[in-house]
Amino acid sequence: MDITDPMLLRQIIMDHYQYPRNKHAGDAHHNHMIHMASESCIDDIKVWATIENDKITDICFDGVACTISTASTSILTELLKGKSIEEARTLIDRYFDMIDLKNVDLEPLEEAIAFYQVGKQANRIKCATIGWNAMKQIIEESEGKHD
Amino acid sequence: MFDVNKIRQDFPMLNGKTMQGKPLIYFDNAATTFKPQTVIDTVVKYYTEQTANVHRGDYDLSYQVSEGYEAARETVARFINAQPREVVLTSGASAALNLVAYGWGQKFLKPGDVILSTEAEHASNILPWFKAAEVTGAIFEYIPLAQNGELTLENFKAAMHSKVKVVTLANITNVLGYVAPIKEMAKIAHEYGAIIVVDGAQGVPHIATDVEDWDVDYLAFSAHKLCGPTGVGALYGKYELLQQMDPFMLGGGSNARFDICGNILLKNPPYKFEAGTPAIEAVLGFKAAIDYISAIGMENIMAYEHELRKYLMSQIKDMEHITIYNPEAATGIITFNVKDIFAQDAASYINSQGIAVRAGNHCAKILMDMLQTSETIRASLYFYNTKEEIDHFVQVIREITLEKCVDLFF
Ligand SMILES: Cc1ncc(COP(=O)(O)O)c(C=O)c1O
Repeated sequence: MDITDPMLLRQIIMDHYQYPRNKHAGDAHHNHMIHMASESCIDDIKVWATIENDKITDICFDGVACTISTASTSILTELLKGKSIEEARTLIDRYFDMIDLKNVDLEPLEEAIAFYQVGKQANRIKCATIGWNAMKQIIEESEGKHD
Repeated sequence: MFDVNKIRQDFPMLNGKTMQGKPLIYFDNAATTFKPQTVIDTVVKYYTEQTANVHRGDYDLSYQVSEGYEAARETVARFINAQPREVVLTSGASAALNLVAYGWGQKFLKPGDVILSTEAEHASNILPWFKAAEVTGAIFEYIPLAQNGELTLENFKAAMHSKVKVVTLANITNVLGYVAPIKEMAKIAHEYGAIIVVDGAQGVPHIATDVEDWDVDYLAFSAHKLCGPTGVGALYGKYELLQQMDPFMLGGGSNARFDICGNILLKNPPYKFEAGTPAIEAVLGFKAAIDYISAIGMENIMAYEHELRKYLMSQIKDMEHITIYNPEAATGIITFNVKDIFAQDAASYINSQGIAVRAGNHCAKILMDMLQTSETIRASLYFYNTKEEIDHFVQVIREITLEKCVDLFF
């Protein structure tokens, strides 16, 4: 993907904001749920996931959120669905490295590359990471690191 | 004569400061306000020339700073038309409101007593009372707000009854900026034998306050919202109420004597509420701030803010893409949304143009159910804002689009 083309990246964010993927409440087949509400006054989202045999078979989210939170979480659900825990963890780490403006290969992040400059608006970093933090916690929880 | 350009010269933050490379326009005065040079100098002077503790030392320096500290209490008292002994210096409005809810509420409320408030209150005036209700078994009730979010005397009368022991509310709310009819409400509350607590955090900085004329029982406010330092504020209380209520904290400065058996003799109010070394420089700066705004005059401040608000409203009220939640409020708080743009996204764009506004639910979470939106944008004006700043703001609001909001990230 050409990250020098802001039009393309903007298009990705707008598309995921206006037509978010996997945006609906979870149900009984999801064995994990995290409510992210305390990070800021505003964004209030829930993320559900199904993790079986070290594999993420489903992710969805719902709630009230700004463009950046919505689009970044929507992209996350598409990127991580079907991945192994190990792959997901690597991608999440890579995403956080990108947000921290570290020099990493962005190619594996696919559409999430759209957020490579989010650090320019420092007060919005939490929006771009809310869903990713939720997924990180879910993975830790699935491995019993969280009680 | 009110001369805004002259006033602006007194504020370092208004002289050459930029944000995102643009001249800073500060429209978040409901959150905190800028400080004039005299306040800054007063704070610094305590550290460079006057450092000593208050009420503790038998030497000139301590005596002088203690005098300055008490002079500040007198200035605060005069500003709201109270007696100095009725003014407790606190760390701010939140501390003052907590002190009442704890020291009076938790002490005197009984199971079944009613705490009456509104859905437009700031968290600092509601959570301490939730706690008091939980501890004492008192019940929380809300005065229904009118369709436009305003608190009317009719609704208040209808909500009042003999079980109500305390009415607690802001005389100007921080989201919608309506001015409550406090004097009339106090009279009615007293007829039912209830006390009335006023959260003056947004009121005191913007309209003339007279606790004696209004006959309110408590009033809380912060210095930092009226050009003073952070970390200081005041609680006014009628003296008998201050005598009856418990301090929130005990310690040095609040007791007259104590013994090894645990007997404590507290000082009289207001000192019994002021344990520990206070923010002395901030208290001195509080006085400087009140002196500063008093010299401008609360009537002038009120009139000018009203003029600014009218000027702003006249330009945005007909914009199709703007929803205004408080078109009729009299104060400098304008709460709105841009249609189809999440408040925080719009606020980020406004920020990118050098303008500071607040997006969110403004610590008044339950009000948002009533407005049927989870968040809004708030622009809040003060006497140092100008029509030129408003023109620029209006221009930004006129041109805002979702695409522009997203483009900030590239
Ligand atoms: C209405 C109202 N009450 C209370 C407070 C709390 O003031 P402070 O944070 O200075 O204690 C605020 C400040 O935001 C307010 O707007």
